[in-house]
Amino acid sequence: MNAVTDILKDMSYGPAPEDDAIVREWLAATPEKFAHFVDGAFVAGTHERRFETIEPATGRVLAELPAAGTTTIEAAVAAARAAQKGWADLAGHDRAKMLYALARAVQRHARFLAVLETIDNGKPIRETRDIDVPLVARHFYHHAGWAELAADEFRGMAPVGVCAQVIPWNFPLLMLAWKVAPALAAGCTVVLKPAEQTPLSAIAFAEICMEVGLPKGVVNIVQGDGETGAALVGHEGVDKVAFTGSTDVGRSIRVATAGQRKALSLELGGKSPFVVFEDADIEAAVEGVVDAVWFNQGEVCCAGSRLLVHESIADHLHQRLRERMETMRLGNPLDKAIDMGAIVSQQQLTRVRAIVETAQKEGARLFQPAAALPETGTFYPPSLLTNVAPASTAASVEIFGPVLASTTFRTPAEAIALANDTRYGLAASLWSENVSTVLHVAERVEAGVVWINATNLFDAAAPFGGYRESGYGREGGAAGMAEYLKPECLPAPRGKVADTAPAEAAPVPETRPAGGVDRTAKLYVAGKQARPDGGYSYIVRGRRGAAVGEAGLGNRKDIRNAVEAAAKAKGWSGLSGHQRAQILYYLGENLAERAEEFAARIELQVGGGRRAADAEIDASIRRIFHYAAWADKHDARVTSTLGRHTTLAMNEPFGVAGVLAPDASPLLGSLSLALPLLAAGNRIVLVPSTPAPLSMTDFYQVLETSDVPAGTFNIVTGARADLAVTLADHDDVDVLWGAATAGEIADCERRSAGNLKPVFMVDETTVDVAAEEFKGRRLLDRASRIKTIWIPYGV
Amino acid sequence: MNTIDRIATGQHAIGHDTGRLNPGMPLDADAFARVAVNTSAAERRAASLGGRRSVKKAWQAAWLVRAIQCIDLTTLAGDDTEARVARLCAKARNPLRPDLVEALGLEPGSVKTGAVCVYPAMVPAAVAALGDCGVPVASVATGFPAGLVPLKQRLAEIEYAVSAGASEIDIVISRSLVFKADWRQLHDEITAMRSACGKAHMKAILATGELATLTNVYHASMVALMAGADFIKTSTGKESVNATLPVSLVMCRAIRDYRRLSGFSAGFKPAGGLKTAKDALSWLVLMKEELGTDWTEPERFRIGASSLLADIERQIEHSVTGRYSAAERHAMA
Repeated sequence: MNAVTDILKDMSYGPAPEDDAIVREWLAATPEKFAHFVDGAFVAGTHERRFETIEPATGRVLAELPAAGTTTIEAAVAAARAAQKGWADLAGHDRAKMLYALARAVQRHARFLAVLETIDNGKPIRETRDIDVPLVARHFYHHAGWAELAADEFRGMAPVGVCAQVIPWNFPLLMLAWKVAPALAAGCTVVLKPAEQTPLSAIAFAEICMEVGLPKGVVNIVQGDGETGAALVGHEGVDKVAFTGSTDVGRSIRVATAGQRKALSLELGGKSPFVVFEDADIEAAVEGVVDAVWFNQGEVCCAGSRLLVHESIADHLHQRLRERMETMRLGNPLDKAIDMGAIVSQQQLTRVRAIVETAQKEGARLFQPAAALPETGTFYPPSLLTNVAPASTAASVEIFGPVLASTTFRTPAEAIALANDTRYGLAASLWSENVSTVLHVAERVEAGVVWINATNLFDAAAPFGGYRESGYGREGGAAGMAEYLKPECLPAPRGKVADTAPAEAAPVPETRPAGGVDRTAKLYVAGKQARPDGGYSYIVRGRRGAAVGEAGLGNRKDIRNAVEAAAKAKGWSGLSGHQRAQILYYLGENLAERAEEFAARIELQVGGGRRAADAEIDASIRRIFHYAAWADKHDARVTSTLGRHTTLAMNEPFGVAGVLAPDASPLLGSLSLALPLLAAGNRIVLVPSTPAPLSMTDFYQVLETSDVPAGTFNIVTGARADLAVTLADHDDVDVLWGAATAGEIADCERRSAGNLKPVFMVDETTVDVAAEEFKGRRLLDRASRIKTIWIPYGV
Repeated sequence: MNTIDRIATGQHAIGHDTGRLNPGMPLDADAFARVAVNTSAAERRAASLGGRRSVKKAWQAAWLVRAIQCIDLTTLAGDDTEARVARLCAKARNPLRPDLVEALGLEPGSVKTGAVCVYPAMVPAAVAALGDCGVPVASVATGFPAGLVPLKQRLAEIEYAVSAGASEIDIVISRSLVFKADWRQLHDEITAMRSACGKAHMKAILATGELATLTNVYHASMVALMAGADFIKTSTGKESVNATLPVSLVMCRAIRDYRRLSGFSAGFKPAGGLKTAKDALSWLVLMKEELGTDWTEPERFRIGASSLLADIERQIEHSVTGRYSAAERHAMA
C-alpha cells in the first residue's frame, strides 16, 4: 500500500491535528490554579462542593474545581470593592495601558488560548483560532481606547462600581472579554463567574491578569454552577449585574435583584429568523446558513435557527442546503479541517435530541447528512427540519444546537410577521439583493442586531443585545460602555415629597367641593376623555387638606384600555423626527398660551407660592422645547467596525412605555419623564402624580389642541402603586419608567420579569426628575433601544 | 424566479462526462439573467475556505502531485521560439525530479502536467516535442488575448490550431458583449467557435479581471456553458487582475447550475493568479468543496500557470526530505 497513490485516488483530506501539547502540559501542571481567583491570587475555598470539567470531544475529565460558596463570594466581592476606588481614580490613560497590555497578552497567547478553549468547549479550532480569540483581543483593544477617552466622552458619568458578571459556556473567553473589558475601561471592578462546563479559559485569563500586573482585586473570578451564580448576583455588595445566558435564568435574576438598586443588563436567548427573499443570492444564503446555525455547533444565542424562505425558492434552497450539509466535516475539534465539533455536554446533547424528536412527531421532516459521527464524544450532526409550522416546538423553542427549522412565506409582509412571531428579539439575518426590500424589513423586524446578506458578524464597536425577552443592555461600542457608567450625581428633590408611603387615592365621598361648574373627572385614552371603568373619582386635596378638585380613579381595566390604545397608535413611532418636533413645539406653544391657568392650578394643588408655580410652568415649556429640539437630533451612529461594512446603531423606540410620575411637581414631574419617551417615538401610558393629578388632567386639552395623534399620550389618574402593578405586569408594555417609592420600584422590577421589559425608575425621595440636570441625550438613550444593522457591500 | 424553479427540478447526480464534449444548449437567459451575485458574501466564503480545510504530510504531497497533473504548463510570450516550446514540453513530460517521483512511491514517468499551452504558431513545435507521451497540446486562439479581431479570422485561427494538432483550444470571449448584455450575440459567437473546434475541447476564457463584477462573471459563465464550452477559464494571464478565489467560486457555482440545467459537468481553469503551492492547494480545496472530488482531476480542473510548478517542486522536495529546497535543484522549463 502506498499512501500517496491511495490519496490520489480519493483526494481525501487526512488528519490535520493542531498541536495541543502546551495545553496538556498546562493542565497537568500547578493544580492550585483550578480554583477561584480572588484579590490577585488563586484560592481554593474551604469545604466547597467540587465539580469536574469534561473534554466534550472525548468525555475525559480535564480538571476538578471547587464551586464557590458564600465565604469565597464574600471575599471576592470585598476584594473588588476594596480595589474599585483606586482603579477608578487611575487616570484613563493608566487604565488604558492595562487594557492594552491585556490585549497584547491575549495575542501573545493566542494559540494557547484557542487550543484550551477548543479542548474545554468542544468547538472547532478553526473557530477559536480565527474568530473567538481575535475578537477577544479586538475587544480589549477597543476598550483600551474607551478607557483613554472615557473622561471626555462620558462627561458627568462615574463608574457603576462593583460588577457581578455571569457568563455562558458557548463562547467562554469571548463572553469574558465582552464583560470584563467595558467594566474595566469604565473604572469598575468585577467578580466574574464562568460557566461550570467551561471554566478553564477564565483561569488562563487570570494568569494573564497576573502577567500584565493588573492591580489586585480588579478582576476576580469565582468558579461554580448556577447556585454560585445566584449567590453572586444576589450579593448586597454588588452594584451591577451583567448576565449572558438563558432567558429563564435571566428572568430569575431580574426577580432576585428587584429592589436591590442594582444596574442590570441581560443578554438572553433567541430564536432568530434567517429570511431569504426570492431575489436573494441563493448560494450566498446557503453559506449564510452554515455560518448562522452550524457555527459553533449551533450553540449561539443569535443563531439564525428559523429559516424563513420565499415559497418560490424554497425547494431549491432546501436542496442546496442538503447538498451543502453533505460536505460539512464533523469530528475532533482540534483538527484544523473540521467544521463542527462536539456539543458541550451530554445534558445539552440529550436536550437537542429530544427537541428534534418532538419536531418530527409534530410533522417536521428531518434531514441529516450521511457521514458517520465519531464513536466517542458528544456529537450531533447538522440538521435541517422542513415543513415546520410556526406553532410547532422547533419553531418556537431555542434549541441551542445545530438544528435549522424552515418555514415558507409568500410576501414580505408575511415574512416580517413570521420573523416577529416570537418572544425573543436578538438577531435577524436578511437576504435580498434588493436594497429597498431589505432595509424595509430591517426597520420592521424586532431584533437588536440585523445582518443584511450576512450573519454572525461581531465587532467590539458594534452594540450587541436584544429586544423583547432576549434581554436588555448592549455590549460593544459607546452603548456598551454606558452600561458600566452612571450619572455622577442627580439632585434630590428641593421641595417636599409628602412621605415615602405611596399617596392614597380613595374613592370619592358623598360631598363634592362647592362652587363653580362641576368638572367631570375623566381619563385620557386614545385621544378621548374617557370615564373611568369603575366609575369612581377621588378627591384631590390642596396643601392644607382642602378639596381642590377630583380626578378619575383609574383601575386595571383603564390601564388595559390605555395600553391597547398606545399599542395601536403606531403612527407616532413612524413619524419623522421633524414631524414629532413640530407637534411637541405646538404643545409648548399651547401650554404657554395657558400658562396663567396652569400656574394657578399648580399652586392650588401643592402650594409653594405663585413664583414657584410660574417657575414650574416656565421649566415645563423649556423642557418641551428641549425635547422638541432633540426629536430630530438623536441620531443613529455609524460605528467603525470592518472595512466595506456600514454598521448602523439605530435608535428605535421601544413601542409602548408605562410612565409613573412622581408625587411632586404635578406638571413637570410628568412631562420630564414623558417627553424623552415621546421624542424618541414611544407611545405612553402615564400615571400622573396621585396627590396632584389635576395639572395633567388639564393637559388633556393642550394635547387635543396640539395635533398629538390619538393613542400617543394616554393618561390614567388614580393610585399610582396600584396602577403600577398592572403596567409592570402587562406583556404589551415594552418599557417602564417612573419616579416612585423604593417599594414600588422593587415591585415593578420584580413584575417586569414577565416579559423582561426594561425598568428605568428612580426613587422620588432621592432624585428630582423635574431638576434641570435630569434631561438630555442620556434620557433619550434610555428612551430608545439600539438596533445594530450590518450592511456589507461590494461590487 | 423561473431560474430557480428550473434548477430545482434538475438532476442531482454528477454525470460522468469524461471525454464527452459539452453539447451546449439554446440560449436561455431566463435561467441566469436575474441571478445577482453578492460580492461581499462571495468574498467571505472564499476567505473562510482557507481556514476550513488543511492538508498535511502525505496528503499534502499527494495533493501537490495532483496540482501538477492539473497544470496547463504555459508559455504565451512574444519571444517564444520553437526551441523554448520544446524545453517547456520536456518539462511537461517530466515535471517532477525522478528521485522525488520514486520517493513518493509513484510509477516512474507517471506524473505529467495536464497539458502544454501555447500560441497557435507554436502548436506544431509542441506537438512534435510531445509526441505520443499523452500530454495534450492546448492552443490559445480567437485573437488572444483581447479577441478584438473579426469573427471570421478568430474562427480561422481555431481551425488552424486544430489542424496543427491542438486537442484543446482556449478561446477568448468578446467582453464588450457582456457589458452590453448581448447574450444572443455572445452565445452565437461561442457556438461558432465550439463548432470550429471540432473534436477538440474548448475552454472559454472570460477575462474576469475585465468583466469587473461577479454578476457579469456569472452571466458570462452561463452563456459560455450554454454555447458549449467544455471548460470555463478565468483569465488570459494578461489582464491586470487574474484568477481570484471569489471569481473562481462564482464560476464553480455556474458550473454547478449548468450541470443541473443540462446534465453536463463542465471543467474549470483558473489562470494567471496561482503562483505558490499554497495557492494550488487553496484552489483544489475550492473545487472539492464546491463541486466535488471529480473536479480535482485534470478532466475537470486545470491550472493555467508557468511559475507555479517550480514552487510545487520545492514543496514536494521538502515533504520528502524534511529540508527546505531551492529552485536550482529542479530543472527549469
